[in-house]
Amino acid sequence: MKTAYKYIIFVFLLFLSTNSISAQETIGTSGSGQADILAAADHTLQTNINILWTCIAAFLVFFMQAGFALVESGFTRAKNTVNIMMKNLMDFSIGTVVFFFLGFGLMFGVSNGFFGTTHFAMNGTDVAGSDWNWTFLIFQTVFAGTAATIVSGSMAERTKFTAYLTYSVFIAAFIYPVFGSWAWGSLLDGGGWLEGLGFIVFAGSTVVHSIGGWLALAGAMMLGPRIGKYGPDGMPRAIPGHNIALGALGVFILWFGWFGFNPGSTTIGDGNIGRIAVTTNLSAAAASIAALFTSWIIHRKPDGSMALNGALAGLVAITAGCANVSPIGSVFIGLFAGFLVVTSVEFIDRFLKIDDPVGAVSVHGVCGAFGTLAVGLFDVSNGVFYGGSWSLLGVQAVGVLTAFAWAFGLGFILFFIIKKTIGIRVDEIEELRGLDIGEHGMEAYNGFQIFSTQ
Amino acid sequence: MKLIIAYIQPESLNAVKQALFEREVYKMSITNALGCGEQKGYHETYRGAVIEVNLLKKVRVEIAVNDNFVEKAIEGIISGAKTGKIGDGKIFIHELTECIRIRTGETGKLAIG
Repeated sequence: MKTAYKYIIFVFLLFLSTNSISAQETIGTSGSGQADILAAADHTLQTNINILWTCIAAFLVFFMQAGFALVESGFTRAKNTVNIMMKNLMDFSIGTVVFFFLGFGLMFGVSNGFFGTTHFAMNGTDVAGSDWNWTFLIFQTVFAGTAATIVSGSMAERTKFTAYLTYSVFIAAFIYPVFGSWAWGSLLDGGGWLEGLGFIVFAGSTVVHSIGGWLALAGAMMLGPRIGKYGPDGMPRAIPGHNIALGALGVFILWFGWFGFNPGSTTIGDGNIGRIAVTTNLSAAAASIAALFTSWIIHRKPDGSMALNGALAGLVAITAGCANVSPIGSVFIGLFAGFLVVTSVEFIDRFLKIDDPVGAVSVHGVCGAFGTLAVGLFDVSNGVFYGGSWSLLGVQAVGVLTAFAWAFGLGFILFFIIKKTIGIRVDEIEELRGLDIGEHGMEAYNGFQIFSTQ
Repeated sequence: MKLIIAYIQPESLNAVKQALFEREVYKMSITNALGCGEQKGYHETYRGAVIEVNLLKKVRVEIAVNDNFVEKAIEGIISGAKTGKIGDGKIFIHELTECIRIRTGETGKLAIG
């Protein structure tokens, strides 16, 4: 394809510059001048393709917001649907604005060694000379939105709306961008110590997903379980989601969006798009299969919601290494992520007794950490399984631990302060009646009879 | 034999079931109901406009019991559903003339069993 349109442009330029019918002759006489024009045209073309592809990828990642909204509402009860939709809408909206004014500068501005200090509200970036910065901003904004929205699921069905809005400001303004600057700052004008160590987190298993996942863990812990989640004997009870069709549609949308998330992170329109799409897809598929069979063995039925969680787990896990592992490596990463997500959901539910309604901590936190470590094993040039040293794995482990300490630590402090000031949880009656009536004064399924007793 | 019909707040159903189980009342039927009594409705808003909701969501509990379980059942419902606020609900008690178990053809006390 690439050579085909280069050829077309070549012919077109020849026609323009010679403006004669004796094209054959011209090639012979002024070959070097033609080559310069050709190189310049090729460069412009490649730049525009990069911009176009990165924008398309950004729009695909934006669509993942719809996926998250559907997964979370489908896996929870009908009486909280409006609340979940509103949380997903508002964390992206608030995130977009504060990331523009604050987060982007902290993440990609010229760094003071800890975080960026310029580029707030795009000031000081050479925006007139380069369309790239706008493209980069929209691409990074949707990533920040993704990190923010992960938390919504684990805190579903019991969080005060005002508490959630407050949290949304802090993740997009500070928690996500500062960690992001350590790993990704040099993508623009910043620079961070983690990338200096050689930390590989290509499209963000750690930066986006683990950060979101560990914040989700802190939030769920601070909230406590939903009423009725744990019996008097301390055993977890199922609180089934109200619409698996919505949940499944959400997973498909997320999978679709991930073709922007991972292949888009090259920000270059070339053959890598296809290669990364292949590793991404293989991992998701393998993880879905692994989760299905794991749940089949443990629960004796092929659990639909677990297979759906499994697909997401595979996507999260491959996000770190999608550009650095082989397709076969991605299958192994996916298989293990699928197994891991089921066991992690069980572990968090039964042993830690933390109520995470949609499995956000397992999918994003645990599988994000696993995927980041897996780069140290499966990286085709430096991974342990490919004859590399253990040093890459060590660096990956440093990144994973740093992400946990930063996100869980700050998240715990943030949610504690929210709890002590505006309050984090709705009262008991409101939780039983549903947050749709209590927080928003409206129902999601007006006119339908729904047992609001669950 | 008596047929007990209670209208209670949906959110108190679990507590009522629990209280009934503790009193060895295991059989009941539950239906969704809409109704209003002394508790006035509430207001929902939809796109800025107010909707007055007059008929509130309630749950109807039906329990057929032998006479020696009537007190226990009533006590269980009250202990689960009472908050002291308007809207807790009401209990109605009917005489029950007959009861037949379809599977065996048993009637009366045996059928309620």
